Amino acid sequence: MKDNNSAFEIVNGKFHINFKWVFVYTIMLALVAFTALPLIYLVSTAFKPYEELFLFPPRFFVRRPTLKNFGDLVISLSGTTVPFTRYIFNSLFVTVVNVTLTILVSSMGAYAISKHNIPGSGIVFGIVIAALTFPAQVTQIPTYMTVSSLGLLNTYWALIITHIAVPYNFFLMKQFIDQFPNELLESSRMDGANEWKTFWKIVMPAVKPAWATLLVFSFTSNWNDSSTALIYTNKQAMKVLPLALQTIAGGAAASSLARAGASAAASFLMTAPTIIIFVTMQSQVMQTMAYSGIKS
Amino acid sequence: MQSASEVRRKSLKGFDRFKYSSTLWWKKYGTPTLFLAPFLILMLMFIVLPVLISLYLSFTNFNMIQPAQWMGIANYRMLLTDDDIFLIALKNTFMFAGITGPLTYVMTFLAAWIINQLKFRNAFALAFYAPSITNSIAMSVVWMMLFSSDRYGYINWLLFHFGVVTEPVLWTKDPAYIMWVVIVIQVWMSMGTGFLVNLAGLRNIPPSLFEAGAIDGVKNRFQELWYLIIPNVMPQLLFSAIMTIVNSLSVFAIPVQVAGMPSPNYCAHTIIAHLYDYAFIRFQMGYASAIAVFLFLLSFTLSRVSMKVFAPRD
Repeated sequence: MKDNNSAFEIVNGKFHINFKWVFVYTIMLALVAFTALPLIYLVSTAFKPYEELFLFPPRFFVRRPTLKNFGDLVISLSGTTVPFTRYIFNSLFVTVVNVTLTILVSSMGAYAISKHNIPGSGIVFGIVIAALTFPAQVTQIPTYMTVSSLGLLNTYWALIITHIAVPYNFFLMKQFIDQFPNELLESSRMDGANEWKTFWKIVMPAVKPAWATLLVFSFTSNWNDSSTALIYTNKQAMKVLPLALQTIAGGAAASSLARAGASAAASFLMTAPTIIIFVTMQSQVMQTMAYSGIKS
Repeated sequence: MQSASEVRRKSLKGFDRFKYSSTLWWKKYGTPTLFLAPFLILMLMFIVLPVLISLYLSFTNFNMIQPAQWMGIANYRMLLTDDDIFLIALKNTFMFAGITGPLTYVMTFLAAWIINQLKFRNAFALAFYAPSITNSIAMSVVWMMLFSSDRYGYINWLLFHFGVVTEPVLWTKDPAYIMWVVIVIQVWMSMGTGFLVNLAGLRNIPPSLFEAGAIDGVKNRFQELWYLIIPNVMPQLLFSAIMTIVNSLSVFAIPVQVAGMPSPNYCAHTIIAHLYDYAFIRFQMGYASAIAVFLFLLSFTLSRVSMKVFAPRD
């Protein structure tokens, strides 16, 4: 397969147009418009002043950008008992703790299964693969009963403990650690390093692309998750950012100018972090994903 | 030949044998077992046991206050023969999954195949992938502005402006349109993990393979695709198939954001919406568990079938 084909190229000093590739690029750019325009609209709207939000005819791009919507967002919930900053704290706190713990727990477990022939490893990995094949909602009811009987409803624990053992995260780490050469482990052990040290000093630095990828995926799924907080908490102070956004966007005064601007600003705040994190880690993610195939 | 420790283990009886076995295990696998323990315990607690408990509860009547009451297959009989709303949810889910599933599966692979051959492929990959990591509640703010059912809605205004319609289209109110709006948004968000896996798999095919293929008489890109590429990315294709099956059967958030819950005439009601309705609004946990088991069996079976389809053949 030839790589990096262009629609235009210069051969022997002459400019060539390759119509086949012009056609391909045109179609792909049309698809990029389909995927990108709603996101551009989201960004553009978040910075629109009032008079542009309810303009007729409606306008796609912002003409005089302002940060006023973000100010409105902070004060939009000032009348209620829970300030907006609390939702941001909840979302950030739960996401950071979950991402850290899931990376740690999955890497340690995957290393144990991949590099030590613990009897029963095959069964554990078989369960992980099987768990990839059905929606997580299937287990929701007994999980709710467990969390409830442990007395964890309305606590951060409920939002954390249910999201650490994620089958996909374990699967991804295991596939990647499988590629790690055993000889390096042997020589580390010969040098007298214990398992813990070998894991931290030798394995983890070498599989950085894998846990960088988990960081992206786990951040995204936790940051975007609203159903967990919806099910396990009923106190407003325990709710997360997407639920606050739902309150602002769907509240009684939803159609008022300030609310429309505030919800556009909140949507921007919800969306930007996941995309920024992906962009910064994109090359690591692409290195890892090739190992994410399933051999049946 | 048995090792000395194995001989000694066999000579012990009952609890002593168990004690000696554990000591041996601890010596040999102690640290790795500790490494695996947190994941294993949490997975047993929140995935394996819940599946089994769901199965049990699905044969009972249970409201979380009184003890569960054995009902036999009554829940399943009710679900499959008497619950008209569930049949609507099933029909809608199959409708959504049947259209978006195959469409997005083929799209994710073709898009990855084409992007892998383009210049600026990282930028293309980002543009295709970004929608899948957005939040459906955040994006609903945008969809409501784009698909607003009055003339202020951007799409209505465009249609109006170019004379396609004379009356605003009730995108999010009329059941006939709601389904298509949901499908468009589903497709928009579909280039997720499966897409990245395909792209990475294609990128990792060694160039020598194509040189060998050229010698063997592979003439054009489509032959190359069929004879060289697809056999080499089977594991990625299988992974992406399973992702597509699970994601399209669990459609829930987008229909709720577009049409509310319950939606007009249940036109956007899905299996998971039905599950949530019975579990966390009506607290009929037994009946809700029957819905969960149904979904589990459906998704699990389809995934198993795709594993058979993608199994290596000789």
